[in-house]
Amino acid sequence: MKLIFERGQEGRHLSILPKLDVPAYQPDEALLRAQAPALPEVSETEISRHYSALERRAHGVNNGFYPLGSCTMKYNPSIDEEMAALPGFTNVHPLQAEKTVQGALEVLEKMEEKLSAITGLKYFTFQPAAGAHGEFTGLLVIKAYHKDRGDEARKKIIVPDSAHGTNPASAAMCGYEVVNIPSASDGCVDLDALKAAVGPDTAGLMLTNPNTVGIFDKNIEEITRIVHEAGGLCYYDGANLNAVMGIARPGDMGFDVMHLNLHKTFATPHGGGGPGSGPVGVREDLGKFLPGFRPVRGEDGELHLAQPEKSLGSMRSFFGNFLVVVKALTYVTMLGREGVLEASRNAVLNANYMRKALEDIFPAAFPVTCMHEFVISLDKLHKETGVSALDAAKALLDYGIHPPTMYFPLIVHEALMIEPTETETKETMDEAIQAIREIYERAYSDPESLHHAPHHTVIGRPDEVTAARKPKLRYQKEV
Amino acid sequence: MNIPEELKYTKSHEWVKEEDGFYVVGLTDYAQEELSDLVFVNLPEVGDEVEAGETFADVESVKAASDVYSPVTGTVAEINEELLDAPEKINEDPYGAWLIKVENVSDTAPLMDCAEYEKLLEEEE
Repeated sequence: MKLIFERGQEGRHLSILPKLDVPAYQPDEALLRAQAPALPEVSETEISRHYSALERRAHGVNNGFYPLGSCTMKYNPSIDEEMAALPGFTNVHPLQAEKTVQGALEVLEKMEEKLSAITGLKYFTFQPAAGAHGEFTGLLVIKAYHKDRGDEARKKIIVPDSAHGTNPASAAMCGYEVVNIPSASDGCVDLDALKAAVGPDTAGLMLTNPNTVGIFDKNIEEITRIVHEAGGLCYYDGANLNAVMGIARPGDMGFDVMHLNLHKTFATPHGGGGPGSGPVGVREDLGKFLPGFRPVRGEDGELHLAQPEKSLGSMRSFFGNFLVVVKALTYVTMLGREGVLEASRNAVLNANYMRKALEDIFPAAFPVTCMHEFVISLDKLHKETGVSALDAAKALLDYGIHPPTMYFPLIVHEALMIEPTETETKETMDEAIQAIREIYERAYSDPESLHHAPHHTVIGRPDEVTAARKPKLRYQKEV
Repeated sequence: MNIPEELKYTKSHEWVKEEDGFYVVGLTDYAQEELSDLVFVNLPEVGDEVEAGETFADVESVKAASDVYSPVTGTVAEINEELLDAPEKINEDPYGAWLIKVENVSDTAPLMDCAEYEKLLEEEE
């Protein structure tokens, strides 16, 4: 397929721009570029066909099953998009007078209220652009808290070995030393290892619960107590909140700071570059450290923007990806209190349904009732047939199914991590189960064909090794 | 699986040997096979201090990123710069493609001989 840069002809134009309705302005000669940029010169039909062709080659939740573990690829209701397209949200500027954007500010106020009810944490900032940015922001809050108390000795963040790779990375970005603790044999935090790791140098603990193998840590209250007694704070990575929203609250588990991925848990599209939204919530006394400005309702009944007393500054311009917040607010409002609960319950039910249906061929890495996702190991299949988790994942593409997350978490060999989400029907899951079982059988009867799968997609196996070793990051025009 | 007799091994799958007054450190055949095709290697700088059992480098494959742990405590005398542009050399020849050479060694992590390492690999299977 041709790139957009390889289409069109010199001098070809579009007529979609509106008439200029402001006075023309001639910039200073020194500010002008000497040579015109090499932009595509194409007709409207060419553009339309180019992007339609690209769309046909893409796979999204609208095209088929997308059980990408840890990513929560749920269906995005169209009404979310409708609300985010309202002119009152799209034709405003963050520097407009407060009284002219009361509706937009109310979106932030309402969303904070709802997230606070769901998580048990009091105040939120919507600045972080996505999950890892939220982690970084949350850790800066923890840092500000210790500094404010005059405690400069806390240099370490504890992270379990099953954590998302972004956790240790965010801690390191924040200048903390990362202390890795091993998981116990049930995939949960090893309490003895945690007790041995905490001390006067502990700034905090970062934890995902349910954890990366889809298990709710039964010792969660004990874990947060141990960290608090050592003087540290507890950070909740909200990546897996979809399993527990409306049922259990991180604030009640003893967490002090957390981020949510609006773009996972609260629908709003993600993948392919976002935009995402990773609001950070904190318990009441930490609210004063949050970045940016928060809408606060004044005595005049109007919303005014105020910077928290000891704000750590700004993590991003204005209010982050505001329209993502509009979509998420629409999503939770449409679901309502009961609907939020039901979404989580169905996510957990669907994951357990698939886990049980595959148990005889691929036992779950941790064979207990899972939450919203589960991890299977293809280690035995790999040893017996040579067919790897990668081969099986690639083969699923021929069934019109997006592969599950592969080789994560690292503590499980030949791992596939499956998260069906609550928006899939039983029939869709049955088809996926059937496809996985067929691949299993083919691994024994015709392993060779799986090494070369997929066979019916436009692109077979991209050369990931060359792409990583010698990446071409942009198109370069041949001269 | 290739496990040369003349080398010593760590439980985190590094090999080490003494040569011309240096301790030469690399990744084992098992490590490169588990990681699959390596696409990136991050090495310390000459003069950096490494500590036995602590991470001193990281490697990245299409599957995962992984820390590399030092079998010895000492000073980095030399790094294998060739690997920075050609990490695939570790896949091709894990016992030839050393990562670092260490001098002034004051301590070592618990090390295994080839028989002990072979036993560890059997257990991991």
